[in-house]
Amino acid sequence: MRLSGCGLKAYNKEDCTMSVAGITETVQYLSFKLAEEVFALDVAKVREILEFTSITKVPKTPEFMRGVINLRGGVVPVIDLRLNFGMTCTEQTVNTCIIVVEVILDGDVIVLGILADSVQEVVEMEPDYIEPAPHIGTRLNTEFIKGMGKVNNDFIMILDIDKVFSTKDLLAVQGSKN
Amino acid sequence: MVDQHIATYREEAGELLAELESSLLDLEESPDNSDLINRVFRVMHTIKGSGAMFGFDEIAAFTHEVETVFDLVRNGKMAVTKQLLDLTLKSRDHITALLSAGHGEVNRHEGDDIVAGLRQLVPQAETTMQKMDEPTAKVPPKVDSADAEQKTWRIRFRPNRELLLNGNNPVLLLNELRALGTCHVVAQFDNVPRLDTMVGEHCYLYWDIILTSSLGEEAIRDVFIFVEDDCEIKIELVDSSSLATDDQSYKKLGEILVERGDLLPVEVQKILNQQKRFGEMLVDQGVVTPEKVQSALIEQQHVKTVRQERAAPAPDAAASIRVPAERLDQLVNLVGEMVTVQAHLTQAANSLRDPTFINISEEVERLTNELRDTTLTIRMLPIGSTFSKFKRLVRDLSQELGKDIEMETFGADTELDKTVIEKMNDPLVHIIRNSIDHGIEMPEVRTAAGKPSIGKVQLGAEHFGDSVLITIRDDGAGLDRDAIRAKAVDNGLIAANAELSDSEIFAQIFTPGFSMAAKVTNVSGRGVGMDVVKRGIEGLRGSIAIDSLKGKGTTITLKIPLTLAIIESLLVKIGDSHFVLPLASVEECVELSRADVEAAHGRNLVKVRGNLTPYISLRELFDIGGSPPDIEQIVIVSVHGQSIGFVVDFVVGEHQTVIKPLGRFYQDVQGISGATIMGDGSVALILDLSVLAQTAELAEHNQL
Repeated sequence: MRLSGCGLKAYNKEDCTMSVAGITETVQYLSFKLAEEVFALDVAKVREILEFTSITKVPKTPEFMRGVINLRGGVVPVIDLRLNFGMTCTEQTVNTCIIVVEVILDGDVIVLGILADSVQEVVEMEPDYIEPAPHIGTRLNTEFIKGMGKVNNDFIMILDIDKVFSTKDLLAVQGSKN
Repeated sequence: MVDQHIATYREEAGELLAELESSLLDLEESPDNSDLINRVFRVMHTIKGSGAMFGFDEIAAFTHEVETVFDLVRNGKMAVTKQLLDLTLKSRDHITALLSAGHGEVNRHEGDDIVAGLRQLVPQAETTMQKMDEPTAKVPPKVDSADAEQKTWRIRFRPNRELLLNGNNPVLLLNELRALGTCHVVAQFDNVPRLDTMVGEHCYLYWDIILTSSLGEEAIRDVFIFVEDDCEIKIELVDSSSLATDDQSYKKLGEILVERGDLLPVEVQKILNQQKRFGEMLVDQGVVTPEKVQSALIEQQHVKTVRQERAAPAPDAAASIRVPAERLDQLVNLVGEMVTVQAHLTQAANSLRDPTFINISEEVERLTNELRDTTLTIRMLPIGSTFSKFKRLVRDLSQELGKDIEMETFGADTELDKTVIEKMNDPLVHIIRNSIDHGIEMPEVRTAAGKPSIGKVQLGAEHFGDSVLITIRDDGAGLDRDAIRAKAVDNGLIAANAELSDSEIFAQIFTPGFSMAAKVTNVSGRGVGMDVVKRGIEGLRGSIAIDSLKGKGTTITLKIPLTLAIIESLLVKIGDSHFVLPLASVEECVELSRADVEAAHGRNLVKVRGNLTPYISLRELFDIGGSPPDIEQIVIVSVHGQSIGFVVDFVVGEHQTVIKPLGRFYQDVQGISGATIMGDGSVALILDLSVLAQTAELAEHNQL
């Protein structure tokens, strides 16, 4: 019977009836680790992945703004997302990477790097496999999370990277520092 | 392809309109200047012509109307009046609007109003006349003769003896030829008979003429048209500007004579065998007359001069090319990268200590520096184009406010980086608006105060080291020191008992929201302007100085760095971080030992050649961890005319700094104006010295 072929899919569809508004196409995501948590970014947002290089700290800036790096002659800020998400500062290991992303901030495209403890893989996820983020239990501001993707029975937090760096939140962090 | 042409047209029309505006404003000052009237006419004509060519029919039709009026002015049938200039300036704005908008998006009424206004100005008789000959196409203005091809002709004019009897005068003909271009005439006497046989009415002379002219052979023949039958004319082309020749010299004397048929080649050979000056030899031998030789010599000289002139640098028309600005920006970026790589190379060479390698790296360094300087000068533009824009602003504003104001500019050819000029625009607008609105008084007030009723605003630029000083001077009411002070105390900006210098008090007007205007006009008074000025100028790493005398006027001086792209700087190190300080403000470096610090008893003051200089520890200011070395360095810089020291761990040395913006994420960071990439690829931060000095001062005040 042909049913066996598409049975799994049908099952999953029923299981994930709460698909996320705004995610309608199959998209590739880059997954990476911050501490032990796995996060993912829309690959369209990712420009490149760099090895960890020396970062120049800009004085009198909040700790999560790790500083600036030289990206082929351009100066690009680097953000420690772990500090943004209430984790401890990223320690440098062999796996530490800088993911260079393009963020839209008030209508302007801004290139910046985010520190990741390790970069995992590129996964393809159908909208059906993505659930909205639960309002409690993630320890994160759910505004930042587009949805929870399910890969091999593990959940991946898909970040809305534009929201993470929206001016309001940045200013809030800067204000608390001052 | 078409789009590209249209873009070019837009660009060119934009330039033409700018030229038109400045011509019109000049015309206002000297309404009889026919050069200016012609220029206005020419600009209108060009805009119309190429507008029609690229499908800007509306522009073409509208411009035609304006052109028609200026044609009358040009022919002296109409005088240049203020009304006419007002309308023409409006037309200019209208054309600008038509240019930038697509079809049908423009307020057409405005155009119609202008046209109606223009038609009213035209005397009645002229309008009817104009209507009659409207369909006839306009003759394009005469092509500038310099553009045409320059040719040199050899003419032998040998009239018949009876020429004079027919009522012709060869002198007149020769004069006519002289009018055609550069001309040399040599008379030949060899046919003149002995006096006893000479007939008084006969013409025995003939002439050799060398003429350089842009006109063709036809024009030359036309001169002789009435004497054609009475003479023998030989016209030969001897030189032409289209002749591709780099050789500035011309044929040898002998060659010329042979070519003219005055001498046979055999004879040349014979004469050449004797060792005398060729011309003399020829005369001695009686082969040719001295006059013939002189004539040939003149031809030689003439053509030589013409060719030399041609080889000399051509006028600017051909010497400049149009390049899109982004390509230049790209070039500057590449040169920036190059400078960075070169720094890396020098570093590598010095560490390897290989003499050959060091040699090469030094050569590359020299070339890179030259390349950098050249590239940066390419982006330099004279500031004059901005000045003419302000002339218009002054004119419109003074009219609106009912004041008589004259604008003077100087140093319009001072060159500044293109980006700097663009960014200067807003601050200058605000300063000039302020001068006009608050500075210059109403004519009655001025007369009562014993000043000329016409106010004066001066705008000028001049070079000052690696900066440009831009001065805006008005002879208006000046700043009221006490009133500003009172207002600032009111606003809580300064303490009531603070002792401040004039310039410190005047600096209060740059505070956001600070306005001395009793009422808000639509020109100024909201207290936003001067804040914008300050931010704008500081964004350019420049500084502002105000000088004012109550009742006499105000002078605002802006000091702007020549370029924003690459600066000479001093590289210093604190802990593991590198910082650069603009070298232009660095005065000297001195050592600061532990003993000095202890001797100062906690005061951050150091004695430099007898002067007590305050210093700031950057390590403390920036919260950089670690302990400083035993002997630190103080870099003494001059900020707003005051010496202040910055304590660093090491002074590394001079550095070519390619300025990179830090971007939006770090836009609010105080004391850092940008970043630069060093030879090893790491990033160093550029210190904003004036902000650092300010924050340090502020922090100290708060502590007290």
